Amino acid sequence: MTNELIDFTLVSVALLGIGIYGLAVKRNFIRMLFAVEIIINAANLNIVAFGRFLPHTGGQTMALFSIAIAAAEVAVGLSLIIVAYRMYQNVDIADFRSLKG
Amino acid sequence: MADAAFLALAVITIGSAIAALEMRSLIYGSIALMGTLGGIAGFFFLLDAPFVALFQIAVYVGSIAVLILFTVMLVKRELIFKKIEDKRRKFAGIGLMLVVMMALGAVFLDSGIKTITTDEPATDFKDIGVDFVTYYWPALILMGLLLAGSVTGALVLAKREDVENDQRAN
Repeated sequence: MTNELIDFTLVSVALLGIGIYGLAVKRNFIRMLFAVEIIINAANLNIVAFGRFLPHTGGQTMALFSIAIAAAEVAVGLSLIIVAYRMYQNVDIADFRSLKG
Repeated sequence: MADAAFLALAVITIGSAIAALEMRSLIYGSIALMGTLGGIAGFFFLLDAPFVALFQIAVYVGSIAVLILFTVMLVKRELIFKKIEDKRRKFAGIGLMLVVMMALGAVFLDSGIKTITTDEPATDFKDIGVDFVTYYWPALILMGLLLAGSVTGALVLAKREDVENDQRAN
């Protein structure tokens, strides 16, 4: 194998950084969900890479579970977006203040 | 050293991740997100994990990206093309991104994982299937319940009560 573990890890770190940037800067609810997706995918890539290089089947199994749970999270997140949009007619999270004390 | 396929996939994945967050239109953004998810699937192929790669394509590129596209279509057109972000926070965010990347990258480059290489054959996906139904079966059932629960919860959340009440009144 010509690709080494460190290569995959560095790509994963880059994706994590981009995701954190998106979460910190964007105020659009949908874009923040994009950023969360990017971070989850970076984590999955790391899990599978380590599972390949420290040979163990557990890496791929855990990645499969992680992908399935991320799918559940996105379904709930998108329905929350729809509910919030219906209530505020906006997707700007600065407008979602009704729970603010 | 990384080969050409790896470098191409890295450019596609990271480039489309940036595009997904920075494109003005949310629709193009979600299509760029599809590029990121597909690029990750390509990495899974490079890691000799075809089962995970196809699962990723089926779940992420096939369903989640389409779900996001439909949600974007339900939003007003002005909001799709409007960029909502804190201008003041932009530079702080870029700084935070660079700090995270450099700190974690330095830690990984300095650590021992740089020397890890493997000559072991790749895991057969049959073993993963056997693992799923033998050792991990409680987790598999729990995952099914979780998925069913979350889909039901999403449906209940997104239900329009006002429309239903109007129809009843009529």
